[in-house]
This record gives sequence, C-alpha cells and structure tokens, in this order.
Amino acid sequence: MASHYEAPIRKPLVTGNKSYHDVTVDIAAPVENPPNKQWFIAFAIALTAFLWGLGCIIYTVSTGIGVWGLNKTVGWAWDITNFVWWVGIGHAGTLISAVLLLFRQKWRMAINRSAEAMTIFSVIQAGLFPIIHMGRPWLAYWVLPIPNQFGSLWVNFNSPLLWDVFAISTYLSVSLVFWWTGLLPDFAMIRDRAIKPFQKKIYGLLSFGWSGRAKDWQRFEEVSLVLAGLATPLVLSVHTIVSFDFATSVIPGWHTTIFPPYFVAGAIFSGFAMVNTLLIIMRKVSHLENYITRQHIELMNIVIMITGSIVGVAYITELFIAWYSGVEYEQYAFLNRATGPYWWAYWAMMTCNVFSPQLMWFKKLRTSIMFSFIISIVVNIGMWFERFVIIVTSLHRDYLPSSWTMFSPTFVDIGIFIGTIGFFFVLFLLYARTFPVIAQAEVKSILKTSGDKYKNTHSHE
Amino acid sequence: MPNQKKYWKSEVELNDQSTLADDLAQKEFVQKLPEDLLGNTELPESDTSRRDFLKYMGFSTAAATLAACEGPINTSIPYVVQPEQIIPGIANYYATTLIDGFDTASILIKTREGRPIKVENNPDAPVNNVANARVQASVLSLYDSMRVQGPMQAGVDVSWDTLEANVAQQLMMLAEKGEEVALITPSLASPTTNQIIKDFQAKFSNISHHVYDALSETAALNAFEKAYGKRALPSYDFSKASCIVSVDADFLGDWQGGGYDTGYAKTRVPKGKKGKAEMSKHYQFESNMTLSGANADFRIPTTATEQQFVLAALYGALTNKSYPTSLSKALKAKVSEIATALKAAGKGAVVVTGLQNEDAQRAALAINELLGSDVMDVRQNTSLRQGDASQINQLVNDLNSGKVKGVIMAGVNPAYTLPNADAFIAGLKKADLSLSFSMKNDETAVHCQWVAATPHYLESWGDVEMKMGHYALMQPTIRPLFDTKQFQEVLLKLSGSSQSYDDAIKAYWNANILGGVSFNEALHDGFYVTTNSNRLGYRDNVDALMQRLIRAKSKAGLELHLYTKTGIGDGQQANNPWLQEFPDPISRVTWDNYLTVSKADAEALGLNNLSQSDGALDGSIAEIKLNDIVVKAPVLIQPGQAVGTVGLALGYGKTAGMKSEMQVGTNAYPLYQNFNPVQTVTVTATSDMHEFACTQLQNTLMGRGEIVRETSLEIFNTKDAKYWNSMTQVSRDHEEIDVTSADADMWQAFDRSIGHHFNLSIDLNSCTGCGACVIACHAENNVPVVGKQEIRKSRDMHWLRIDRYYSSQDTFEGDLETVENISGLGDSLSTFNKMEDPSANPQVTFQPVMCQHCNHAPCETVCPVAASSHGRQGQNHMAYNRCVGTRYCANNCPYKVRRFNWFLYNKNDEFDYHMNDDLGRMVLNPDVVVRSRGVMEKCSMCIQMTQKTILDAKLEGREIKDGEFQTACSSACGTGALAFGDINDKDSEVAHLKEDNRMYHLLESIGTKPNVMYQVKVRNT
Repeated sequence: MASHYEAPIRKPLVTGNKSYHDVTVDIAAPVENPPNKQWFIAFAIALTAFLWGLGCIIYTVSTGIGVWGLNKTVGWAWDITNFVWWVGIGHAGTLISAVLLLFRQKWRMAINRSAEAMTIFSVIQAGLFPIIHMGRPWLAYWVLPIPNQFGSLWVNFNSPLLWDVFAISTYLSVSLVFWWTGLLPDFAMIRDRAIKPFQKKIYGLLSFGWSGRAKDWQRFEEVSLVLAGLATPLVLSVHTIVSFDFATSVIPGWHTTIFPPYFVAGAIFSGFAMVNTLLIIMRKVSHLENYITRQHIELMNIVIMITGSIVGVAYITELFIAWYSGVEYEQYAFLNRATGPYWWAYWAMMTCNVFSPQLMWFKKLRTSIMFSFIISIVVNIGMWFERFVIIVTSLHRDYLPSSWTMFSPTFVDIGIFIGTIGFFFVLFLLYARTFPVIAQAEVKSILKTSGDKYKNTHSHE
Repeated sequence: MPNQKKYWKSEVELNDQSTLADDLAQKEFVQKLPEDLLGNTELPESDTSRRDFLKYMGFSTAAATLAACEGPINTSIPYVVQPEQIIPGIANYYATTLIDGFDTASILIKTREGRPIKVENNPDAPVNNVANARVQASVLSLYDSMRVQGPMQAGVDVSWDTLEANVAQQLMMLAEKGEEVALITPSLASPTTNQIIKDFQAKFSNISHHVYDALSETAALNAFEKAYGKRALPSYDFSKASCIVSVDADFLGDWQGGGYDTGYAKTRVPKGKKGKAEMSKHYQFESNMTLSGANADFRIPTTATEQQFVLAALYGALTNKSYPTSLSKALKAKVSEIATALKAAGKGAVVVTGLQNEDAQRAALAINELLGSDVMDVRQNTSLRQGDASQINQLVNDLNSGKVKGVIMAGVNPAYTLPNADAFIAGLKKADLSLSFSMKNDETAVHCQWVAATPHYLESWGDVEMKMGHYALMQPTIRPLFDTKQFQEVLLKLSGSSQSYDDAIKAYWNANILGGVSFNEALHDGFYVTTNSNRLGYRDNVDALMQRLIRAKSKAGLELHLYTKTGIGDGQQANNPWLQEFPDPISRVTWDNYLTVSKADAEALGLNNLSQSDGALDGSIAEIKLNDIVVKAPVLIQPGQAVGTVGLALGYGKTAGMKSEMQVGTNAYPLYQNFNPVQTVTVTATSDMHEFACTQLQNTLMGRGEIVRETSLEIFNTKDAKYWNSMTQVSRDHEEIDVTSADADMWQAFDRSIGHHFNLSIDLNSCTGCGACVIACHAENNVPVVGKQEIRKSRDMHWLRIDRYYSSQDTFEGDLETVENISGLGDSLSTFNKMEDPSANPQVTFQPVMCQHCNHAPCETVCPVAASSHGRQGQNHMAYNRCVGTRYCANNCPYKVRRFNWFLYNKNDEFDYHMNDDLGRMVLNPDVVVRSRGVMEKCSMCIQMTQKTILDAKLEGREIKDGEFQTACSSACGTGALAFGDINDKDSEVAHLKEDNRMYHLLESIGTKPNVMYQVKVRNT
C-alpha cells in the first residue's frame, strides 16, 4: 500500500521520530534480547494456572462431568460460558485485520498482529470447551462428518452444535492462514538479522523462504486482500452461529431472534477490550509506546463504546420483546434474570457492559491509559457474566417449576476456567518473545505518511 | 443347449507354454513348502534360513505375549439339561403374594432365566391386587447383600441341624420346667401357619403366641370387637363411595394396611352424560399432609382433639342430637355442610378415621352403620391386622420379670420397632432361649442367641386370608439364594412333623379351603375366593363415648403425629436403595425422614428451611422431647400441616444390618408410646442444620395453569370444553389460530397413520401420586441409584417423576387470578416473589412427567451426532452408544426429563448400591442396557415391552388387542391413571382418551406435539 498523503490534522500513528531502521530494531528487540525477570514471573504464573487447569481437565475426563456443578436442569454453565466468552474475545483479531484492512484503517497496523495472535490463542481455549464438556470426549470425533464404519451413522446437520464445529474450525484455520501470511515478511526480517545459525534456520523455515522481491510483495498484498475478503463474513458468521446454539432452542431466554447481531456486537466489544488489556501491557513492557500510541488506544476505546452501546440496546430490546410477546414464560425468564436469585450476575453484566463503556464519551477518560486498562478488564468481566446470565439464568428456571434449581460451580469448574486463562497467557507470553509483535513491514509502509517524523516535516513545509 | 462357457481363473491359462496353469490345477502348493523348522539335525546343512528362523521366533514371541494377556473371564454356564419351562430370553410369570406384616399384595413375579426381576400387579386377583411402591421394590430386597446367609449362633455360622437340635433341646427343657416361651409373629393371616402354630403349641404346651404389629391397629380392632363381636377390621370398597369423609385416615396411604386407592380412583373420574357427570366428593380432616389429604376436594387441617370433636359433631348432626364442642365456627359450619352431603349420599357415604382411639373408631363405625354405608363391608372383614398392644407391653414386662424364659420371633424386629426397645432388649438378654427368624442381622437378631436365616418371600411358600373368603398363595419364584429355612418349616420339624411347609399348605388347603378345586389351579392364579362370609350384627351403644369424645382436651405442647412414608413404610425395607431414593410424594424429599412443621409454628419456634447456592435445601435440626425421651430430627416446613401439630415418619434411623449409605434419618419409634401415633411433645430448635436431598425445590406452580389444567365439576358440567380446556392460540397474519393447526407449523409431518403409534394418557383425576410407577420404571429400566449427595445436587436419575405442586393462594384458581390481575412491572416482581411460597393450606396436585415423546422433539434437532431420533411408532429414541454427552438435548427439553450419567453408576465403589455387587445386579432387566457414564438417558416408552408384544403377536399371526401394549408405569398403575396404547387402533382406550374433551398436551404452545397426553383435573368443589 503506497503512501498516500495524510492530512496533518490526523494524529501521527508512529511517534518518536522513527526511521525505518528504528522500527526494525524496536520490533526485533524483544525477540533478540533475553526476557527479563518480570517475564519469567508472569510466565511461571501462567504456566502454573495452565497446569492446574490441565489437572482439572484430566480429573474431569477420568471421573465424569459430575465433578462439575451441573445438574439435571442446568446442563451447561461455566463450560459453555467460557466457550462463548473465548470465542467472543477471538473476534477482534479478524475484525481488526480483515474489516479494517478493507476499510483502509491504517491504525490497525500497529495492533493487528497481536490481535490476531490473541484470536488464535483464544479460539484454541474456546475449542477446548466443546470437547471437554462432552460426557465422552474420547468420542469427540463423532461430531465430524467423516466416513465411518459405524453403520449408516452420520452427523446431524440440523444441530447448531455441528454448525459450531464448522464455524469454529473454519474461523481458526482462516485466521491462522491470515496471521501467518502477514508474519512472513516480518519473520524474514528477523531471519535476516539473526546471528545464531539455529535461529536463522528456524526463522528461515517460519518465513517460508520470503525473499523480499517485488513479486513477493505483490503476491503478499493480493493474498492479504483476498483473505481479508474471505475473513470478513467470518466476523459475522462465527458468533452468529454460536448464538444459534441458543436462538434455535425452545428455552425462554434462549429462543431470541435478536441473538445473532447481539452476539456479534458483544464479541467485538469483548475482543477489543481484550486487545486493549494485552496491548496496554505490551506497549509498556516491550517499549512499543511509539507504535501503539495513545491514539490507537483512543480509537479502540471508541469501538468499545459503540459496541457496548449496541449491546446495551440489545439488552433493552430483549426486555421489551419479552414484555411485548405476552408469553408468560418469556416474561418470567427476564424478570427472573433481573430480579431472581441470579440478579447479581445480571446487574454485574449491566454495570460492566452497558454503563461503564459510556464513560468513554469523555475524551479525558478515553485517552487515559490507566482508565482504558481498567475498563478493558471490566468489560471482559461483564461479557463473561453476559454469557453466564444467558445460559444459567435461562436454564435454571424454565417451563416446569418442578425442575427449577440452582447452579453453583465446583473447584473444577473454576480450575478449568483459570487454566484456560493460564494457557492463553502461556501462548501469548511465548508469542511476545518469539514473534514480531507488530507488523513492522506494514508499519514501515505508513511511516512516511503517518509517522511523526515525516508528518512534522511535511507540515513545516 | 448345454452351456459351454469356460471361465478363466487367470491369464496364465491363455498361455499354452506356461505350466503354471497345470501346476495350479494339480498341486495345492505350487511352491516348495518349507521343511520342518530346523528339521535337519546339523545346523550348517539346515534348510531353515536365518531369515526364517527370525520369522518363526518373532511370531512365537508375539503369540506367547498375546496369549499371556488374558481377557476378562465372564463365565456363563449353559444349562446342561434345560428346564422345560425356562427359555433364555423369555420371561416367566408366577403368581404369588407378599405379606410382611405391613404390606399385603397379590402379585405376579416376572422371572428371567430363573431370576425374579420385577413385580407386576395381578389383575385377576379380586383384592389387594395392586403393588404399591414398596411391593414394587421388594424384588430388590431379595438381592440385598446384607441378608443373613445361614443360621447363626451368637454371630457364628452354624448348621441348621445344630440350630434345630439345640433349640428343640432347650424347648424341651423349658417345657419340662413349665417355663413360658413366647412366639412373636406379625399378623400373618395365614390359615396354614395358624394351624402349624397350633400344632407346635400342642407339642410344647409352654408356648404362648403373641401377634405383634409394628404399627398397631389395636384401637380399631377393639372398636370393631365391641361393635360386632369379632376381632377384625372391616374392609372398604371405595369404588362404591360418593361421599368420603376421612378423619385423619390416610386411606390412600398405609391406613389399616392400605390398598384402597384402586377403588377410590374409580370414583374420582367424572363419569356420566355430558352436563351430568358425577364423581365422588372427598373431605379430609387431618394434621399431617397426606396422600389422601392431597387428593381430597376439601382438606381441613385440624388437630387430633378437633378431629374427635368433628366425629362427635358429625354423629350429632346426623342423629339430630347435640354434642356441644369447642370447634370454631368455620369448622362447625363445615361439619354441618358435610353432614348434609353425607345424608344426601346415603349408601354411598362413608366415614373413616385413623385416630388410634377406640371411641373415635367406634364413632366412625356408628356413623357408617347409621348411614347404611355400602362402602364399609363388615361381613368380609379382614384379619391382616391382629396385634394387641397391651399383650406386647405385658410380654416385655414378663420377659424382664423372668416369667417368660424363651422368645422365638419370626418376621418381627421389636428391638427396633418397640417404643420401649431398651426394656425389650434387657428382657431378651435375660431369656434362656432367644431365637429370631430373620432375613437380616437386625437390631433384634444381634441380641438373640440364635438367628435363623429366613428366605425372602420370593423364595418362600405361604398363604394368606386377605379378607373373609379371599385366600391367596405365596410360592417361591427362585431357589433360595442362601442357606435359609422358613420359620414354618422349622416349627414343623420341631413339632415332630415330617411334612414340608409346602406340603402342609397343600394339605391344609385341600382339606379346609379348596373344597375340591385343584390346588395347582389356585397356585397358578395365586388366589382363591370362596363365598364364605358371616353376618355380623351391630350391637354398639355410642352415646356415652360421644360424651367422652367431646370432653377431649388438648394438652400443652405440640401434637406429634407419627406416620409412615410411602417409600419406607414401617422400615422393613430400609436397606432398599430404590425406596430410599424414592421421592416422598408429598415432600419430594429422598433419603430422610423429618419433622413436618407448619410455617406458623416454625416461625414461632425459630425453625427454618434454607436454600444453598446450588439450590439444595437445608433444615434446622429440632429436638423433640416426650417426657424423658429426646429425639433429634431435621425440620421440613410443610404447607398444610395443621398449626399446633408436627409430623414425623417412622421406619428410619435403622442401623443394624444396613449398608452405611442407607443408615439415614431418625428412629421415631421411641416416640410411639403406647402404640399411639399421636403424642404431645415439646419441640425446641437447635443451632445445627441438616442437609436434605430433595428432588423438587420449587413447590408452587407459579400460576402456570397451562401446565396442570384443572376445573371444578360444576364448570365441567355447565361450560363448554373450550372454556375450561382451551387451546393456546398463536397469531398468524394477525389472526388467532390454534397452536396445533397445520398453519402454525413450519414442519412437514410424517404420515403416522400406518403401523403402531403409541400414546400414553395420564389422568390427573385418578392419579393419587402413590409412586408405584416410579419404582416400576426403576425396575424395568435399570435406572441407577445415585445416593443422597447426588440427589442433593439435583442429579436424580428418575425417568419418571411425579411433580407435586402446591397452590400459592388457597386454590390454584386463586393463583390464576393473581397472575391475571398483575398490573405493572413492580407488581409482577413482588407477586411472582410471593408466589414462590405455598399457601398455609394449599391445594395439591400431582403430575407424573416422563419423556413426552414429542413428534417435534426439541432434543432431536440439537443432537450433533443424531443420538436422539424419532421412531416410526412415535417414540423419541435415545441411542446410548451414539451419545457423546453434550447435554444439549437436556437443556433444550422443555419438560426436563432427560437424565445424564454424571458418573459411572455401576461397578463403582463411589456408588455402593445394588449395581455395585453381583447379588444386586441380579435384579437388572436383561432387556435393557445399563448405561455407562457420560451418556444421556431417559424414558423409552418401554420400547422393549412394546416390541415384545409386537413380535409375540407376529409369531402367533394375530392382531394385537387393546391393552396388550403396556409400559412399566402403565401396568404398575393401580388406579388406571396411566393408559398406554396404539392410537392407530381407533377402538383402543387410548385413542378414545385422545379424543376426550379433557385431553391436553403439556406445554402445547411450544409446538412439540407430544405423544404423552394429560386429562384435565376436575375437582368436586
């Protein structure tokens, strides 16, 4: 993408008077230098959480789902809550890399690499849950439409869970290809700078023999565009299909036609929040403040504010429709959500998702790094509660009052959730030390239009 | 023309030069076969190459290794000589009778490959032909791993010869000394046994026979004796009743031996011409909430004192005499209303009472005589209860004073069931001879010198006189599993008879009962009826006792009403996991007994029920004091409990001869002083809490009238069905259409008019909530027992449950009005909150719910692996082997009937119930697979039974008659509430029921199109 002239009124996207070489050095630095103590501490914590979660998973698989807090009425709780939550978080990556690419939003260049990494890592976490939540996970391959010798058995194409299998696996593979394509020139950059032969060999393999010829670049740009086009529908489809798990059911509180847009908005909302959480830490730790600027954070905050508002409208629409439908079960389901035994979850969700992002209307707050960090965490807590509210409060009191009961998690439920957070950070921390965390090749392409060094020179002319 | 075609086996045959074709034709092995391995003695000349050597060695090693890995050995031993009657895979049925001193039933036993696996009703038997929940579960008690497996002396195994010789010798010695020996049995009502005991007494003159019923009917027996001159109980035919007044008689439960629900239910379904349908009217005065009270049209919570007044006032109103009582105005008005109703009902009227008070019992008899009630039958009276409380009290004294030197017990457990058990045990230890015939090393047996292991009734012979002229036979359905002998057998031997018990029965029957009819025929049927009955004249004078009744005074303190639960009864089968896990029909609590307290009393006493974060119920533990007896029991706040009264179930808190898992609850027998279930106690709260395992945590219907539809008889008679059983409407193009109309359906329906299409109808009017179907379903379908902790986590595995709802207002109609009148958001919040609490004296309704086998099943569409799919005959199938356990189907089931195997429930020490030992697993139905962990399971509409019916008919080349198709629940249902059949057979009962104007489907508005239907409940209010 050639450098277009950019109005001086637009804030620079690269600050600190960076030259091309500076960019290279800055981005290669975390990969080339040994990690510091804080990294090891963070990694140790994440690894411990991961191993703990792994232990809980092994315990579950070897003993039975009964070690979770589920019961005859509430057949899903933390498992699917976590699944939807992680899938939702995974949404920002594709949106940033594909949709913003198509819309030529150049600010994405500083964040897309990490956002996509986050996507892949969180989809891995998400993918765990549908497998381990099965009573007999060793038969998980039965949900794949593979030719078999079990007789005439075939998967049930009516089932939204099967659609999930396709949606998630498609999403994971497209995201992975997209991510890797973008990584090729950057891996090549590290390969070229590598001194140790082993490193050179590895990065050589990872960069698929990138040569930096004009033809390489041309193909690179084309593939990026094609993949962006392919990935864009996925942004909408994945969470739409996840929402079908609920929307196509007959349970009051699940059976809701608003779910697809509502879930997509919620997913982008939580995904951006997670990107904020990760990048605010990373820019500090890896000294990338000049690339991931206050401007980037502000822009993401605006997206969070808008999607948060969409989610808020969806919540209120749901309540309205429940009342308007005149269906007593539907009405009770929503009354029970807001005022029943799980009222605290509902109001936690409302506070975190609807009220807190509204603070972003204030410029002072949305440009505050600390505040953005806090809100990003609050939003993800809220989005976790949103899924918990939808799943558990709808199930625990449905049609026949005789079956009403409550759900309470066990240490295994909690352990597995924490374990996936640990697993996610293990992957992300490893990524931060071994991958070029910013698409430096792309950043370089805008350096002369959006870099402050050049922008300032231009405006002085 | 002969076919000259030549087929080539290979292309080589085309080549004339090649010899291979010839070789192939001539020689079996074309190539040279290897010689014996290392056949040559000298190694260097060996034909065996190094390569071959390694090949053979490798194979041998691998084969040896494989052979060493032995698979699990499952021994199955075929019949060497196959018995004529037993064909593997085909069930045999035997008619027999259960009598254990508490329950009595004529039943059929289904045996498979010689193992009894299920109890069925014996529909041909004229009386007591319906198995209640305990009788249904009794087959599992046969395979109880805690049974005594042979005779014992002081806990050491001995042989029968030793036992018999020693006991005979001791008896002789005692007889010589002239010391009394007491023989204690429950009410046996067995003509042959009575004869055997007589012969035994003739041989040993020092034997005195004491009949001891754990739950005494002494007052009723005495009253009957005073009124009619015979010590017996009347029998009742509730099917003749049009107006029933029960004063604390739980006649749908265990009152006077139970078994009255069948007749009762017949009068509870409105019958007759449209607009003039009739059904019986049922008034119930009671303290505890009982099954009878729950089914009554009017339930009036009263204390025992008030109940005595009610009886006197009723008698007064019927005789126009005045018996002034201190009843409240409202109660007085109710009594006069009831008196009018009784008069109007004439011969169809009946008054029954469960008060253990001779005066009250006599009053009830007097009222029935006055009314000329056809319901009460004194001619065909019954001797199923004969125990005399005073005799037993005397016996305990005599044992302690040394007057009685020996005790022989059979089928009783006084050390557990006696209120003064300690005194009994002390006396027992003083005795020179103590012998207990018992199936368990129970509380009594452990204190006896000798324990004679008895067989289970399914391994036994026996006979019963159910009521005058109605005889029933008990026959073994399996060879005794252990080294056991029936007590009659031993008595015969001790009496010096060489007869076996079965010969004795046969001889006695041929001589005294059958009058020429074949014994084998009677044995085949399981019963025999003679016209033998005698007329009894009424000769009681009740005026004086009425005066006594109205002078009854309530004492300070709370009135404790002891009762027996539908599941555990008197506690004989407390080690039966099916019964422990059976949810009480009223409280829906499993694995516990508890003090039922009214809300008002609970608040006054500081007792409470709390819900935990997982929904589980906790209750305060209360101390119940009766003189110096203190019993601790958890508290359950019971809607409908009369203020000033508390209830506590007997039969719990057993510890001897019990698995540790089953040692639950509190023993309430110490409070059963003087064999009176009503006691005055003081109750105090403790700070401790008890953990309940309750299968239903939300008790009210929340105004969801669509779920349990009901109306009154008046509306039923006067209004159109659309008024009281309206179809839910949906809007289509702004027009209201029936939710069942084809226009409201997105789906294309299959043609279901060919073949069988099974439907199950559940009549909410005749269902009494007794729960026999629940146990029958367990037995038929190998439903696992999961234990108290799992039930507490809301993980019960019941395929069939009976939901019990209380009204939040005084009536369910009131609930509907309340919901209707909600205005605004704030009001709905507070109203729904309030509706979660039941009213102080609520209406009650029972609703059996199992898989509804929806034709548009929400579970089927969501299963990713199609483990849940629809059958041609209407069933919703569940392929356990295909299930991967996503639980999506259970979430999407609006009826919440699907049950998930959270753990491995069989062969798992964590779940040490019958499926964890070889003996207990003998009860498993071989036609139904035992599910493993991680799979979903649910009601299959007993497809193994319907398929059997179809195949049998096909083999016999005939059409299937209506009534042949049954499910475990429908065949267990004694009241006819569950009717199963093929709706494509237009003449079938179920097809007619489908067209009945009372028919509705549960949650019809979702469009699931269930194959289970319900019949609107009509209350005669």
